[in-house]
Amino acid sequence: MTPPYRKHVGSGARLSNVQSTQTQVPDRSDEVTGPPAGGPPPPVGEPPHRSSGRRWEWTLAGLLLAPNLVLLIVFTYRPLIDNFRLSFTDWNISSPTISWVGFSNYIEWFTRDDTKTVVLNTVIFTVATVGISMSLGLLLALLLDQRLKGRNLVRSAIFAPFVISGAAIGIAFQFVFDPSFGLVQDVLARLGIASPDFYQQSNWALFMVTVTYIWKNLGYSFVIYLAALQGRRADLDEAAEIDGASSWTRFRRVLMPQLRPTTFFLSITVLLSSVQVFDIIYAMTRGGPVGNGTTTLVFQVYQETFVNQRAGYGATVATVMFLVLLVVTVFQVRVMDKGSRK
Amino acid sequence: MSAPAIVGTIDEPPTAPPSRRERRADQNRSESSSHNRGPLMTTAGYVGMTVALLIVAVPLFWIIITSFKERGDIYVRPAQWWPNPATTENYHDVTTRIPFSNYFRNSLIITGVTSTVKIVLGVISAYALSLLRFPGRGIVFLVVIAALMVPNQITVISNYALVAQLGWRNTYQGIIIPLAGVAFGTFLMRNQFLSLPGEIIEAARLDGAGPLKLLWKVVLPMSWPTLVAFSLITVVNEWNEYLWPFLMSDDERVAPLPVGLTQLQNNDGVTNWGPVMAGTVLAMVPILVLFLVLQRQMIKGLTAGALKG
Repeated sequence: MTPPYRKHVGSGARLSNVQSTQTQVPDRSDEVTGPPAGGPPPPVGEPPHRSSGRRWEWTLAGLLLAPNLVLLIVFTYRPLIDNFRLSFTDWNISSPTISWVGFSNYIEWFTRDDTKTVVLNTVIFTVATVGISMSLGLLLALLLDQRLKGRNLVRSAIFAPFVISGAAIGIAFQFVFDPSFGLVQDVLARLGIASPDFYQQSNWALFMVTVTYIWKNLGYSFVIYLAALQGRRADLDEAAEIDGASSWTRFRRVLMPQLRPTTFFLSITVLLSSVQVFDIIYAMTRGGPVGNGTTTLVFQVYQETFVNQRAGYGATVATVMFLVLLVVTVFQVRVMDKGSRK
Repeated sequence: MSAPAIVGTIDEPPTAPPSRRERRADQNRSESSSHNRGPLMTTAGYVGMTVALLIVAVPLFWIIITSFKERGDIYVRPAQWWPNPATTENYHDVTTRIPFSNYFRNSLIITGVTSTVKIVLGVISAYALSLLRFPGRGIVFLVVIAALMVPNQITVISNYALVAQLGWRNTYQGIIIPLAGVAFGTFLMRNQFLSLPGEIIEAARLDGAGPLKLLWKVVLPMSWPTLVAFSLITVVNEWNEYLWPFLMSDDERVAPLPVGLTQLQNNDGVTNWGPVMAGTVLAMVPILVLFLVLQRQMIKGLTAGALKG
């Protein structure tokens, strides 16, 4: 799963060499501009105007791209590779000594008791947030894709939580779910229902974190689905209606296929961001209760590396997570490819 | 091989038809027809709108009224749905007892500098990748875009070690520099620049405009809406950034507002919700005001990847 990345890093490094060493640039000029057919090669000392313009363009491109490329290589690609290296060590994040431990971190991760809980938490949280926010987003978009008074106001309101900081929302919703004095317990009490203990019971804590995340992110799926609906070809739907198709058939056979690219895009972006969530979980539960009640893989990376001072093991968890994400994404691409070829 | 495949899919705008004129025609078509639904659908629409509005508004209302309640009134059952008496004590408390103004200042500095750097780098990278010709352009573009597929969590450990080694923990540069690379913004602006009519750019070139003059006088003025959208999402993302500043800062010297909020929560939390809610409201307000004023551009930017490749 890793070759594409390694390949990119390699090409990036090679390219920045090309940019920094001016002597190499003219070597490649033949590939792009090509020498004038049959003409003599330009004299070394005085290149013709055209070719010096080209070289100037390349230098400028190098100058404009270099800062961004350097930042991405140093702070994105270098640590990606370095993380693989660290996952085979017992490093503790602060000590200068570091020793090689082979696959023992991986063996530990696959055999440890808490791994099952953490993986299960991650899967439940991710499937619930992706599934619910996408289907609710689509449902709302379908309901609001018509002329309604106050529609724009409601559209903005639904989207607003998406721009608020996850940490602020996490803290605010910790109080909303307060089992003794929060909003949820008050509403439940008025209905005569006793509030579950969102703070102490793992399942309810995971429920609380999941609901909070959906509350914050629903607007994203909703707005994208709504825009896709407004850009769709209404004539297809009309044709199907004239042909006597039921509304369910029109939804499944006419609308959903048209929304397929949007659904595909959302399934990847929503999945990637929900797997990576840290701020809401940290703000609401610190990964607890009872140790790892709401600990997901990302939270475990933080916990092991920075709290338990086991950077090697943290890097292992990060690597596993990254590989799983790659596999899942490839799988999504495959499924969508197949679907669109039908 | 997965990364290029995905990039390819994002690159192909799912809903964008080939030409601008056609797109406009599409919009007209859907506007004229898709709004004629039955009364049942209209009723369902209003019910859906009401429910959604309540779900969003009630928790926000709850947080705001709590921030104006006296301490004793927060810890009662059944809860009071209106602060009686209303007090600004919590706001006074949160702004004086914790170094709130420091957190706020840090947020402004970090967001301001990081966003400026990102916007400039995004624009110049995109310009080079769309309007300059040089060998290896496709590969450079791939290097930039594939960075989108690398999750933060896999880079934090090594970046933390590097920044700590440089002695940059608890400094602004330690927070800002590792966040400054731009992948998505480059992608967004490059597509914008490529969509500009080639004749205008060619005409400006023939008029003797140099590359930088071309960017400043011709390309950017024509790309204003996309640039605004890109700038807004950058500001929102940097303002809300949590994990990296959280790892980089131990106290109020450089910690931004979201990190300050969780530090406040550590001290007060469950036992003193009033000031915590006041702090949360203060952290939410600036970005919500920005959103209310510029929501159209902000939604455009935040949803740009999906709708306009």
